[in-house]
This record gives sequence, C-alpha cells and structure tokens, in this order.
Amino acid sequence: MSIAQAHPPETGPANFAFLNADELAAEAKVVRRNVLTTIQAAGIGHVGGDMSVTDILVTLFFGVMKLDPAHPDMVDRDRFILSKGHCAASLYSVLARRGFIEESALATFAKPLSALNGHPNRRKVPGVEANTGPLGHGLPIAVGTAIGAGIRGLDYRAFVVTGDGELQEGSNWEAAMYAGHRKLSNLTAIVDRNRLQQGARTADTNELSRLGDKFDAFGWEVREIDGHDYTQLLDALGRPGEGKPVFVLANTTKGRGVSFMEDRVEWHHKVPSDAEVVEALKELA
Amino acid sequence: MADTIALAETYDCRKAFAEALQDLARQDGRIVAVCNDSVSSSNLKGFQQEFPDRLVNVGIAEQNMVGVGAGLANAGLIPFVCSASPFLTGRSMEQVKVDAAYNGYHMVLCGMSPGMAYGELGPTHHSIEDLAWMRAIHDLTVLVPADPFQTDAAVRWAAATDGPVFMRVGRFKVPAVSKEGEGFEVGRADELVSGDDVALIATGTLVSRAVEAAEILKGEGIAARVLNISSLAPIDTAAVIRAAKETKGIVTAEEGVPSGGLGGAVAEIVVQSHPAKMKILGVDEFAPTGDAAFLLNHFGLNAEGIAKAARELVA
Repeated sequence: MSIAQAHPPETGPANFAFLNADELAAEAKVVRRNVLTTIQAAGIGHVGGDMSVTDILVTLFFGVMKLDPAHPDMVDRDRFILSKGHCAASLYSVLARRGFIEESALATFAKPLSALNGHPNRRKVPGVEANTGPLGHGLPIAVGTAIGAGIRGLDYRAFVVTGDGELQEGSNWEAAMYAGHRKLSNLTAIVDRNRLQQGARTADTNELSRLGDKFDAFGWEVREIDGHDYTQLLDALGRPGEGKPVFVLANTTKGRGVSFMEDRVEWHHKVPSDAEVVEALKELA
Repeated sequence: MADTIALAETYDCRKAFAEALQDLARQDGRIVAVCNDSVSSSNLKGFQQEFPDRLVNVGIAEQNMVGVGAGLANAGLIPFVCSASPFLTGRSMEQVKVDAAYNGYHMVLCGMSPGMAYGELGPTHHSIEDLAWMRAIHDLTVLVPADPFQTDAAVRWAAATDGPVFMRVGRFKVPAVSKEGEGFEVGRADELVSGDDVALIATGTLVSRAVEAAEILKGEGIAARVLNISSLAPIDTAAVIRAAKETKGIVTAEEGVPSGGLGGAVAEIVVQSHPAKMKILGVDEFAPTGDAAFLLNHFGLNAEGIAKAARELVA
C-alpha cells in the first residue's frame, strides 16, 4: 500500500512559497503535536531527540530546500539525510506536513508491516534519501552525494543532521576530513547539540567540547546558532558555504517544547503516558 | 570439456577488471571509481589518468569510502568501490550491510586481492572471511569470477544491473577456465567437466585446481564433475541438487574459511534437498608465513588435495 500523497499537477518547487520565521514556528507546533500523538499510538519512539531536532527539520523542509513532493526523485532536488535515524517520528511528521506522505500514515508508525519503521527506509518512504539507524552513516553518504552533484554537473545542496552523541562515532571524522579536503560548499552538516545522549549527558560520557573548533580545523565554515531560533536557522541553513562545507552547530534542548521533558535524560526514549500527552499538547497548543 | 581448457598461461584478474571498467566509463558518464589510497593496488592508474574527476580517493578510511559510494549512487552515479577485500568487507561491514545493501543502491563493491593473495603479509591482510560475511547480507549479489574473461563479464553485468553487488577481483594469477565472450550468468553454475562419480564444486582460484583434480581422478578411473560457482549469491541451487543426486558425494573448494562460504552454501542446499556426503575444503586456521602459492598448497587447496578428498568420498 502506498503512503505517498496524491498531488494536483500544479505542485512543484516553483509553486511552493517558503515560510517565514513566524510561519515556521506555527508549523513546528503542529509537527511537535503530531510527534507526541504518533509516539503515543506506537508505544515506542525517541521523543526527546524528536523535539530537539524539529525546528531544524521544519526550517529545512519549509524554508530552505528545493523539493517536489510529487516528484521525490527529481534529479536536482536538495538532499536531506537524517543521520540520527532514531528521530524518525519527527522526520515522518515533517514529510507528512510537507506532502510527501499521507498524514494518516503517521498512525501506523512502528506498527506491524508499516512503511514507517522505527528508523527511516528510503525504499518505502518518499522523501527519505538514506536508510539510517546505526550512527555515523549519514555524513559519509551526504559527502558522497555532494561530490556526485559536482560530477554530474547538478546544482543541488546536501544536508545532513547528526546527533551530538553521534559524533563519538569515528566514521563522522573520516567524512569530515574528506569534506574539508574536497571543499564541498554544497554540503551542510547540522549537529543537533542537545548535550544529552541515551544514557547520560555527553559531558559525562565522552566530552565533545569545542565541536566548532574541531570542524574548523577540518576545513569547514562553522556557524553556531540557537537551534530553536528560526531567524538564525534560516540564515545559517539558507546560504551554502563559500569554498568550504558548512557546519551548523545548533544548540538545542532535548525535549524542547514540553516543560517536563526538557533537558532530561530519561526522555531519550521514554513513552509519555496518556495524561502526559494531554499535558504536553496543552503546552504546544 | 576439460581438454579444451589450457591451464598453462595464468592471469592477474585485476588487469581485466581495470580494462573493463575503463571501457565502460568511456561509454557511460555515470561510472565512477572510489578507493582508499588504493589507486595502484586496485589497478586504477589508467582510470585516474583518463577520468581524473571520476576517481574519488577518500584516503585511508574504509567506512567513509563505502558511505561516500552510497552517496554517489544517491546522486545517480554508478560507483565501483575498490579496496583490498579484507578492509572493504571487514572494516566497513556495517556500511556494506546498511549503506549499500539495505539502501538497495546500485553500487559495486570490488574486493581486490582476496583470499590469501597478500600471502607473506599475513592473516591481517588475508580476506578469507569475505565470502561468508557477504553471503549473509540480504539483497547483495556475490560474484567470484574465476578468470579474466569472467572478471570482464562480471564488471559489465554489475554496471548494467540495478542493485548492490560484491565481487572478488583476484590478484593471484589463475589460468583461464572460460572463453572470451562466453561471459557468465548470475545464478548459473558452469559445468566445466562432466562426470557422475563425484562432484568438485569450486570457486575463484580453486576452479582451475578442481579441473586439474578431475584430470588426476580420470587417470584413476574416477569420473569427476566440476562446477564453477562464479555466482555465489544467488547460487545455482538446481545444479547443486543435481550434483548431490547424480554423484556419490561433493567436494567444495574455496580460498576462504570452511564455514559459511561456498561450502556452507552448498551444504545448506544439500542438507535440505538431497543429503549427500561432503568434504569442505578451505583455509581452516590463521595462515602461517608464506606466499600465496605456498599457502594454497599448505592448506591442501590444490589439485592433489581436492583429488584426495574426492577419493575418500567415493571409497
């Protein structure tokens, strides 16, 4: 069964008006509410990271990227890879709002035989560029597709979002080194710097200090922002690099938008109770 | 058919690999090569000279190499990812599983100098597990061309066929066991020698040695059938079942561990369809010091070793 949305013939990148900061904020509220109800129905998910990454995803899909939901394989589409694939519920909610998949499909998240697996699958979900899940895979793939744009003479950008704990995986640094070497100005990597990983704070696990300096040393242009400020997000994500790949150090709050979840380790993959969902939805009204 | 196979002249299959790849690249701008500081050992110098912008050398970083290959496929290109097989498969196993196979990208993973080709460099540089590892991954076609003509055919097939492929590209010199232009069909075993007493099922470097073993056995009045398995996944199930039914037993021979590779694949079929006696020949421990030719003999992976196993089966 296809979960792709049906589209009128006039849809396409030329007909999509990017949202401004206020409109993005309103859209993100809807996405966060959908994430909560999606995870509630599934009984499984990674709500904390979903909430911290939502504003980044909403900005990319509604304010920056050249996409056509009716033609998800358009050759010169911008590429987006969610390297922190466990935050699939947020990606699915954004894809549904943007018109890649039916919103009704969200209710099937993680259910038997659903196209919406706990981690995204490009062969089943329109708008997904790469199957991710094990950490440290997204950045190398994004580097490859950014190089491929140059070889093919196509004008597209490649975006990848990693978690901050994810940067403990060595494969990221192999890719970061090579992207800097290749001066891939059409590549933008965003780290969702929420300072928490599954078991503890990143600082108490394997310190990631001076991430910006690290990427700078690898030949990247570093843009440090508040990852929940749409004006800053639009500015940092909207411009490609100047002769360098761009590293957006997006300082975020895990569980953002729901007071009792914010900056708390246990909400990495805890599933909210029905009463907690009611409370959370009130805060996101 | 054995008398038509001239085993005297031997070939390094990397030459046929590189020539086929360059030829394809001239015809199709989507063909790109990816390597890990292995331009020379992957025999890509000619490709680099002719298509400098289509050779992506990531340096010594195999996980990134396979991920970058997947990204190039995402861009609509057809990457041939070339690296010494132990590092391509062992170091980047998760990238092979997820980035190539689970994504279903059209990309070709080329395991160069597999088996014990790097003899004296020791077990760190031997790729004897690759067939077992690669065969365990869904949706990944696993090819083991046995000679330069099959190598050429495998490269062309992989370029023309959507989906992920792993292929061994041999460095250890082997005789031709097929003819130019004969090609091969994925999922088909080639019967090189006919016989109904015993079946010798071999892959890669061991195919010509199985043909030699059949000659030895013929002199002793034992008619051996030789099957060349150049397509390990998918494997020619029907040919294996026929061998089990029509002979007194099966010897498998591969330059790899005797668990999970060719021997494992044949045993899985036989035990579920027509149980038959088997001998599985392979590299059964970390190798001692020695060159590739010495090591193949050391492990009995030669005509006499295969013939000995066959005699035990028909006794």
